[in-house]
Parts: sequence; structure tokens; C-alpha cells
Amino acid sequence: MSNVNKHMYSYFFIIPAAIIYTVFFLAPTVMSFFFSLTRWTLIDWEFIGLENFKQFFSEPSLMIGFKNTLFYAFSTMSLKVIIGLLLAVFLCSKIRNKNLLRSVVFFPALLSTIAVGVVFNAMMNPTIGIINKGLALIGITGPDWLGDANIALFSVVLVDVWKGVGIATVIFIAGIMAIPAEYYEAHKIDGGNSFQEFLHITLPLSRPALNTVIILALIGGMRTFDLVWAMTGGGPGFSTDLLASIIYKQYAGGFYGLATAGNVLLFLFVGLIAFPIFKLLNRKEVDL
Amino acid sequence: MSIEIKQERTAMLQSYDREIQSSVKKKKDLKLLSIESFSILVALVLFGIPFYFVIINSFKDVTEAANMSLAWPSSFHILENYKQVVTANNGMVLRAFFNSTLITLLSIITMILVCSMAAFVLQRRQGRGSKFLNSMVLVGLMIPPAIVPTIWVLQSIGLFKTLPGIVLLESALHFSFACMLYKAFMATIPREIDEAALMDGCSSFKLYFKIILPLLKPVTSTIIVLSSINIYNDFENMLYFFPGAENATVQLTLYNFKGMFGTSWNLLFADVLLISIPPLILFIFFNKKIVAGMTAGAVKG
Amino acid sequence: MNKFKSKIVKVLATSVVLSTLLAGCGGQDKASSGSNSKNEQVTLTMLIGDTINTPGFQEVVKNIEQDLNIKTEIEIRPGGPEGENIVKTRLATGDMADLSVFNSGSLLKTLNPEQNFVDLTNEPFMKNIFDTFKETVTDNGKVFGAPVSSSQVGGWLYNKRVYEELGLSVPKTWDELMANNAKIKAAGKTAVIGSYNTNWTAQLIILADYYNVHAQEPNFAKDYTAGKAKYAKTPAALRGFEKLEDINKKGYMNKDFNTTTYDQAMKLLADGDGVHYPMLTQVLPVIADKYPDKINDIGVFPQPSDSADVNGFTVWLPNTILINKKTEKLEAAKKWVEYYVSEKGIAAYSSKSKAIGPNVINGIKVADDAYPAVKEMMPYFDSGNVAPALEFLTPVKGANLPQISTEVGGGITKALKGAQMYDKDVEKQAVQLGLPGWK
Repeated sequence: MSNVNKHMYSYFFIIPAAIIYTVFFLAPTVMSFFFSLTRWTLIDWEFIGLENFKQFFSEPSLMIGFKNTLFYAFSTMSLKVIIGLLLAVFLCSKIRNKNLLRSVVFFPALLSTIAVGVVFNAMMNPTIGIINKGLALIGITGPDWLGDANIALFSVVLVDVWKGVGIATVIFIAGIMAIPAEYYEAHKIDGGNSFQEFLHITLPLSRPALNTVIILALIGGMRTFDLVWAMTGGGPGFSTDLLASIIYKQYAGGFYGLATAGNVLLFLFVGLIAFPIFKLLNRKEVDL
Repeated sequence: MSIEIKQERTAMLQSYDREIQSSVKKKKDLKLLSIESFSILVALVLFGIPFYFVIINSFKDVTEAANMSLAWPSSFHILENYKQVVTANNGMVLRAFFNSTLITLLSIITMILVCSMAAFVLQRRQGRGSKFLNSMVLVGLMIPPAIVPTIWVLQSIGLFKTLPGIVLLESALHFSFACMLYKAFMATIPREIDEAALMDGCSSFKLYFKIILPLLKPVTSTIIVLSSINIYNDFENMLYFFPGAENATVQLTLYNFKGMFGTSWNLLFADVLLISIPPLILFIFFNKKIVAGMTAGAVKG
Repeated sequence: MNKFKSKIVKVLATSVVLSTLLAGCGGQDKASSGSNSKNEQVTLTMLIGDTINTPGFQEVVKNIEQDLNIKTEIEIRPGGPEGENIVKTRLATGDMADLSVFNSGSLLKTLNPEQNFVDLTNEPFMKNIFDTFKETVTDNGKVFGAPVSSSQVGGWLYNKRVYEELGLSVPKTWDELMANNAKIKAAGKTAVIGSYNTNWTAQLIILADYYNVHAQEPNFAKDYTAGKAKYAKTPAALRGFEKLEDINKKGYMNKDFNTTTYDQAMKLLADGDGVHYPMLTQVLPVIADKYPDKINDIGVFPQPSDSADVNGFTVWLPNTILINKKTEKLEAAKKWVEYYVSEKGIAAYSSKSKAIGPNVINGIKVADDAYPAVKEMMPYFDSGNVAPALEFLTPVKGANLPQISTEVGGGITKALKGAQMYDKDVEKQAVQLGLPGWK
């Protein structure tokens, strides 16, 4: 078999990908990691050891950034999982207009983050925005979505979920459709209701889909900041800063060594959180 | 005799059963209908209103659009606004359309070939080497690109600010995601197929191009949709690695309407609509296939 | 490590070779244009921030194409930190446009002008430009840029119509201003417009206070650059932070100041729903464009100090046009700049965009049809009661001032704490620039 292995699956197939990936991604990344140990002005650099890491840890908003990043990643991930799964079950049931609704749910994923940010920024305005005007119609005084430091990040989370839940839903739909129909038939004969059906068949058997959604949403949530940047710019004050936006600010400020040091930290942070979860998910799959 | 009675009874029971079932069904129908209409209403509010908001405001004049309301325009400026968007900055929007579409198209083609080939071997070979390679792939999901070193690399091989440069770069940056999906899908293709092909004297190239690649079609559609949305909507990479006035890409056009004179919301919204058309068309084409591709792909996430 | 450095140098060298190779192609172009310069059109590339692209600027570009047969290919970048980043990246990678526009003052210093831009010190067209401007684009004794527009002031824009209605007069001291605010608030209007959604706008109260700092501590800028003076430890400088805090404590801002944008703030001011807006006068043309019937209601006064004797404007010098040192078309680029700052160029500019403050070029008077607010600031210039903003006097400026300002102005952080945070923030920049006196 190992002979077959070598013969059939020659590493030759990997070469084009390896070249492109190494040249355009890995090599620059390794280069940049070196610069995390320097004071770097792009034109000149000076080796300063771990000074950048020390400096990065004294950023005024760093602790907020860590907390916010975790909050952002886990809340977008869990909302996408819960809402996506419910939507998927619903959109796989015997309703009419299924395809229309599926398209509608997926539609925001097509839009660019900047465009979505711009539009929601306009809609979330506390006084003239249509969201609060709509809420006023039913007698609710809407909050200052993006201006109140306590809820601004959560508002961005909601928009992120609005934009991204379509992809999660599609993955779940795929997972559910892959469940052989016999399981459901067997369950019907046993006389289970639809809630039990969801609990005993749909949920466990769409676990691979669940894993995919969790990993993609979690890693995505930890390294993105574009939506936050487009909607709040990290504000009010530092209240919605994420690790990635802090790094971006260093970069924009011209502190390139510092920014790459931040990148190394972000990478370690993501790895520290994502890898155990990755392992855990995979193990549970085996248990099944 | 007893058998007859039994049969009668069964028949009776069955008809009774059917009656119950049909009344349940009616009830169910009613319930379903109300759920359906409710869901459509919710979808309309959550997804329809923002869409309507953008459309209706793209029809207004500058001051009215600045109110950012859902109100019907007091006067329509459809042609005028859209013409202004298209002609702004020497027809930048059109150039951007052309550039973005071309980059997306070429990157996707490159990615499909390169990623599926890599995934083919990475999934089939199980060993220490392939494990290491797999974790390298995962790294690509976690680290954002390093801008300046990447530009150095592009410059030193003479590809900076060129179409091939940005195409290869976008392929590299979206490699991990596509590779993961391909690998997951590949896992569902039985190895027996490979072995049978080998028995028949197929070379591994033939196996890949004639058998595996066609079998990957569903997940390829998924990747086409998801990755091309990402590449088409990419803002930062284009800004850094493909600069120059003649190299404008669609996301950059949004900046035409923000700036010194404040934001011209009507034009900004019109531009948002215009640049969302290509992904929309793509989506309409591939809509049904996205799910199909993921169906298998997600099974072994 | 040295090996690595030499490797990088090699990479850079390759790119230089490449660019000279490419330049070979461009060179041909130039040679032919050189022999027949009257007929052959030259095309220059130009990278500008989005706020520069005014009708006036476009008009000059159009005239340059007609009169000099130099076509300008304009590339617009976003403003703010993103924009700075793009400029730095493109300089570092040797990919700058022939001409570019960038901030003068401290930000320009971060670009290492001597290495990247053409020295214009001895160009005849620079003679007419004010020294106050030249100082802000000077590095190591060389002048690198020409002004792209007029200068402007940062102060308190106010709605004169409402002032008249409420019987208010222009305040000379901070207490008078606060008294005015109290009356405006009592009248049910927004006394001070906050537009923190566009977060750089939150810094204005701190930055526009610099005239007052300068009047009390003339050496502040010098000591600040040397790392000796700090905002938190200099009472006069700390006042800016305290004033910002004061406004918030008294509740004089619009309720939704955190989500109000720059655009919306202008509308509030023009409509008179908001009466004061601490801002740069660059908003004037925008207001004139969007609310043409309201522009005459808008006036401006300096940020008051604590004493009526100290009363003057903090001035922002214009952005600057720079010529790329690596340009292939140096002659054309110089001609371009010469035209831009010539009488013809300025006439073309002002035919489409009015000045937002006095010009920094000799012999150019403020036009008779200038915005009323601009006329209002002129006496201060004539009597010399003006001082450049701190960012034009020192290269030290922290990147986080907008955020810190929104925290202090939003009541999240106390003034003193904010000043301390900012003092810490600027350290990074000073160290990065390698200034003496900083760790």
C-alpha cells in the first residue's frame, strides 16, 4: 500500500501549490516575524530583541483588546451556530419558498464588508437611523447602538452575524441533507416527534458540519477587524478595539516592528485557543 | 370468521386513522402556512429592509439621502445618480469592474487547479510529511499576510503591480480555505476508485484529471462562489499589492463618494448596489450547487 | 543577522534594478518627449488623499493639462491612518507616484523626506512662499514641498444667526464661552456639537488650545520634542484636556455625540440646531456646497483661554505637494508645481474653491467674496495673534490621540488620566524617530 501511496499520490501534485503558497505567503510571513524583533521603519531597522513585545503589552487598550477579541469570536461563533442550525433545519423542512428563503439568507454574504459597514452605520444612528425609528413605532426606545461603549461591540457582533449566518446556514443545510433519509424514517416508525428528531438525529449527525462552522467562525472571528473598523473604528474611545485592530493601528502609525510583534502574538493567541478546540472537536467525532 | 371480523376491524381502524391523519394534516397545513408567512415576514424585515434602504436612497438627491430615512424620494434622481457614479473619476467604476472581474476569474481558475491537486495528495497520503503540510495549510487561515515583505517578494520577481502578481497572491491567500474544503470532499471519494483505476493501468495524472477532478465538481462550485466573493470584495490586498490609478478595483470606488464634501450617501449607495451585481449574478448561477458541494464537503469538516 | 540585512539589501537592490529596467522603457518615452517637448504630452501620476480632491484642485489640474500639456493621472487614497500607511508602504517599496500630497509638519517627518522627495529649496517658485509654511516642510535644512491650499484655523465655528437670536456675543474667555453654552442649552439647542463617530474630530478642543499653551509656555514645543515637557505635568497644556472634560461634564454636547459623524455635525451647525462646533475651517466649503444659503451664518472664534488678554487662533498649515525623488519626469513635475503655486494656478483654484484661511504665498490677498468666517479670522492674522498647531512645531505626535480624546470627551476617562495616556502614547513615536532625550 505504501508503495501505491508513493506511486499514485506523488508529491509532484503539491509542487505548484507549494511554490505559490511559499513564495507569496510563507516566506513573507517568516520575514516579517524576524522584524518583530527590530525597530523597523521600512527603510531601516535596528535589532532590539523583545522590546516590541514589551511595548505591545503596555498598549492602553491591549487588555480590552484581548477581552473583546474573545467576546467577539465566541459570540459571533455561537450565534452563527445556533441561528444557522435553526435556520438550516427550518429551510430543510417541508415549507414552500424554500429556495427563495435560502437565497435571501445567503444574500448578505455576497456583499463587501465595507459596504455592509457603511449601510449599517447609517441604519444604527440613534436619532435618525431607521432601526431606532422602527423600534419607536412599537414603543421601544432604541439604544445608541454604536455610541454606547457598553453595547457597541455587541452591535457589531449582530451585524457580523447578519452578514455571516448565511454561510453557516448553507454548511448546516449541506450537513443535514447528507444525513441518509432512513434515519428519519426509522425515527418516524418509532413515533418520535420533530423535536426529538432534531435532538437525536439531526444534531448528532450534522456534527461534521458543526465542526466546520465552529472552526471557520472562530478563527475568522479572532483575526478579523474590518467590520469593526468600518463601523466604530475601535471606538468610542478604545471600547471596541480588537487585537487585530490594535495591530492595525500600530501598522498605520508607522510602528512596523511593533505591528509584526503584535501579529506574532495574535497568531499564538489564535493557535492557543483554536488548536485545543480543533483537537476536541475531532476527538468527539471519533467517539461517535 | 374471526379473520373476517379482524379484517373489517382493521379496515375500520384504517379509515379512522386516515380521518385523524387528514385532520392533523389540515391542522399541520395551517400551522405550516402561518410559520411560512411569519418566516417570510421576518426575512423581509431583516434582509429586505436594508436592501430597500440602499436602493431607495440611491434614488434621492444628496441632501435628502443624508437624512438616511426609508421615506419615498420627493424627486427621483436615478439616471443622474447612476450616471454620476459611472463617470466619476474618469470612469473609474467601469475600469474597476473590469479589473476586479478579471482578477477574480483568473485567481479562481488558478486556485481550483492548484488547490485540488494539492488536496488530492494531502488527503490521500497519511504520514508525518503530510501532517506537517496540513498544519502549514492551517497556518494560512490564522495569520494575516505581511504586507511589506510581500511587496518585496513581488518586486524582486518583477510581479508587483501586475495582473499575474495579484492573481498569484490572491490564490496564495485563499489557498488554505479552498484546500480544506477540497480535502474534506476528497475524503468522501472512496479510495477503491483510485485502486481500480490503478489496476486498469491509469497513471496518477490520468487518475487525477480524468476521474478525481470531475468528481470534485460539486465542491468546486462551492469554492467558486465563496472564494470569488472574497476576492472580488477584497479591499486591503488590492490596495497594497495592486496600486495605481489604472489598477482600480471595485471596493476602492467607494472612496470616490466619501471625502472632502462629506459623504454623498446617494452616490455611495448607488455604487454599493452596482458593485454588488457581479457576485449576485454568480450566486444566481451557482445557488443550488453551493449546497451540493458542501453536502459532501462538510461531512468530514 | 548581518547576513539577513545584506539579503534584504539584495532584495531591495534587485527591485531597484528592476525599476531601472522598467525605467528604461519609460526613458525612451522621456527622450522622445525631450526632443519635441512642445507637442508631446507628458503624463504625471499623482497620489492624493480624498479630501484634497476639491473642485479648485481639479480646475488647476485641468489648466495644467491645457497650458503645459502635462496630463495628471490622479490616484485617490483614503485619508487618515489608512492613507498614511499607503504612502509609507509605497515609499518603502519604491513605488511612489511622481507627485503626491501629504500632511506637512510632524507627519511629514515620519516619511524621511530627505530620502524620498526632491529638494525644492532653491527653486525660484519657492521664493514667494511664506517661511512659516516652509518651516513645516523642512527637514535637515532643506525644503521639500509646496502648499496645496490655503492655511486654515482650528477654533470654534458658531452659528451667528442663533447667537443673534439669543443675544450672545463672541466669548473672550473660557468662562464666557461656558456661560454662552449654558444659555444655549437653556434655549433647548445643542451648545457644542460632538461628532466622535469621525474620531479625529474629537481632538480639536485639545489641539486648538495650543495658541493658549504657547502664550503661557513659549518653550513648550521645544521641551516637548526633547522629552522634557509633558501634557500631564504642564498645567497650561493640561487645560486642553480639562476643557474637553468640562464640556462633557456640563452635558453641553448633543446626546448622540458618539455616533454623530462629521457630515451630520455640519448639518447641525448649518441648521442652527447645534450652535458651536470646535473644528477646522476646512468644513466651510463643504457647508457652502451642501447648504449654500446657510454659509453666511457661520462664523469662527478662537478657543478662549482663561484670560481675556490671551486670545488668538491656532493655525493649521496646508498639506504639501511633494515630488518623488525617483521620478523619471522631474522637469515636468517641477513645472507642474511651479504652475500650481503661480498666480495663474491660484486664480484657477480660487475660481472653483474659496479659501478656508489666508494663503501662505506672498501677494495673495483674501478675496472680497471670501466666506464670512474667513474674514472674521483675518484680524487675528493681521495683528499676529496666531500660532501654528503643535504638530507643525514638533515631530512628536501620538497615534492614539483621537481615541484618547473620545474617552475624555465622552466621560470615560478623566482629563489627567487622558493626558498621561497621551504622554505615554507619544513615547512610541519619539523612540521610533530616534529623537534624543527619549528612551
